[in-house]
Amino acid sequence: MNLTDLNKLINSELTTKIKNTNIENNELSIDVKVENLYQVILFLKTDEKCKFKQLIDIAAADYPDEEYRFEICYLFLSHENNLRIKIIINFNLDEKIPSITKLYPSANWMEREVFDMYGIKFKNHPDLRRILTDYGFDGHPLRKDFPLTGFNEVRYSEKDKKVIYEKVKLEQDYRKFDFDSPWEGTKYIDEIKNKGKQDG
Amino acid sequence: MAKEKKTMNLNFGPQHPAAHGVLRLILELDGELVEKVDPHIGLLHRGTEKLIEHKTYAQALPYFDRLDYVAPMNQEHAFALATEKLLDIQIPIRAQYLRVIFCEIGRILSHLLNITTQALDVGALTPSLWGFEERETLMTFYERASGSRLHANYFRTGGVHQDVPNNLLVDIGKFCETFPKIIDDLENLLTDNRIFKQRNVQIGIVTKEEALAHSFSGVMLRGSGVPWDLRKSQPYECYKDLDFKVPVGKNGDCYDRYLCRVEEMRESVKIIKQCLKKIPIGPIKTVDGKISPPTRDQLKESMEALIHHFKLFTEGYRVPEGKVYTAVEAPKGEFGVYLISDGSSKPYRCKIRAPGFSHLQAMDYLLKGHMLADVPAVLGSLDIVFGEVDR
Repeated sequence: MNLTDLNKLINSELTTKIKNTNIENNELSIDVKVENLYQVILFLKTDEKCKFKQLIDIAAADYPDEEYRFEICYLFLSHENNLRIKIIINFNLDEKIPSITKLYPSANWMEREVFDMYGIKFKNHPDLRRILTDYGFDGHPLRKDFPLTGFNEVRYSEKDKKVIYEKVKLEQDYRKFDFDSPWEGTKYIDEIKNKGKQDG
Repeated sequence: MAKEKKTMNLNFGPQHPAAHGVLRLILELDGELVEKVDPHIGLLHRGTEKLIEHKTYAQALPYFDRLDYVAPMNQEHAFALATEKLLDIQIPIRAQYLRVIFCEIGRILSHLLNITTQALDVGALTPSLWGFEERETLMTFYERASGSRLHANYFRTGGVHQDVPNNLLVDIGKFCETFPKIIDDLENLLTDNRIFKQRNVQIGIVTKEEALAHSFSGVMLRGSGVPWDLRKSQPYECYKDLDFKVPVGKNGDCYDRYLCRVEEMRESVKIIKQCLKKIPIGPIKTVDGKISPPTRDQLKESMEALIHHFKLFTEGYRVPEGKVYTAVEAPKGEFGVYLISDGSSKPYRCKIRAPGFSHLQAMDYLLKGHMLADVPAVLGSLDIVFGEVDR
């Protein structure tokens, strides 16, 4: 089985449950509605032909200006077929995402990380608490509106003889330069390729 | 009258020599039996993913050295491959061979550290003294190629930073001749050692199904009898032209994982030897001036080179829009980078998939019902490095 076969199989078996599929950069990704997510993943795991038995990672991303602010990408691997697949959901913060810890025990920490970094909540997660940030941390650092420098910093205070938290003080703000320029970047690579195709 | 069951909570770490870094384990013990393990991680969290979003692609690369700092170049490799996939470029053959040579050196570095420290955790001091001497030699190779022993920053999108100096490849060849003897010596100390076996055989057993369900990869998966190696199954660079075996364990216990690592070091030596034979002379990075910076000579002669140089070190190269996932077989398992580009010169999102994260997560499952003394043995065989777990 290769990617196109898999694409066909998924399109025929899950027609009503998926929004659309596409193959880009030799990777198959499937857009799914949140309410169908669990069903789709269950199918991928249990189907005789798919056998996506391993969850590789759960990666979220934040798009503050889009209609649906958050995106989660589930990466799966099938050892039998030597294939990878991406399941993508788009949603807003008021929605709760079904947890897949029952299907894949390793989703536990991955979902905790997504919760920690983005504040996305998962339904039926056994133990949804922060994982990577400090004890008592406030905010969700990977959101685009969270500043790179953060809000609090930690230091040892000689006066109090203990570690203290205080507001970040910077001599100079973090500078972000705008390099927008007419430099063509790497677009011309495509032009060369298209030209090659026309000639050949 | 039923006896009331009392459990004791024990804090293991974050400052404990057998915790392999800053791991805090909260153990729930019934006598000496482990009932529950709750690892607290994040004590080394540096916000790598957030920082990368604010850096150009070239500036983001050094962060990967600081993830799994035991085998830095393997990490860089995953990121370089991801950007190359988005840019859709091929790298020169010499660069591919150089990358493979240094990745395999990284694998030996990592396995040497793991095997010897695992032995240290269960009570053997000498292996670490012998192993670290070899690590020193290998890090000298890193230094001669890149200028630094640990944080190499040697790989670039489109190739490697610079060609290796004279005689480096010859010296690596000499090392490959003498190193198998050292592996034999280490094996003499450990493989049939009664104490080492008592501490590792039948400890921390993982079945095939459980290994898959817990997202194990690398040696953790192969130790349980799954013949899966990304270098074989989804070959990148020139791995498909190289002849090597993938050692697979039978029982899935700590001892099998140790044996797998030893065999992998031998295979790595084989791979390096083949690379040294096959490596051609030629360019070491893509000649595309829009991606790789010009040489110093060109800078003084050519106006175009000067412009390219300026643009590459201010704005950086732009990467076409897209979402890609690339993975490499790092020494610890599948190390992946999920990269989202919005068409600018900075990554929109870069999710790092660290193998150690999933492995450490399984601590509770692995240790339930074991004795307290098995905790360091299992932890040692998981091959945890906190740089990559906490990111």
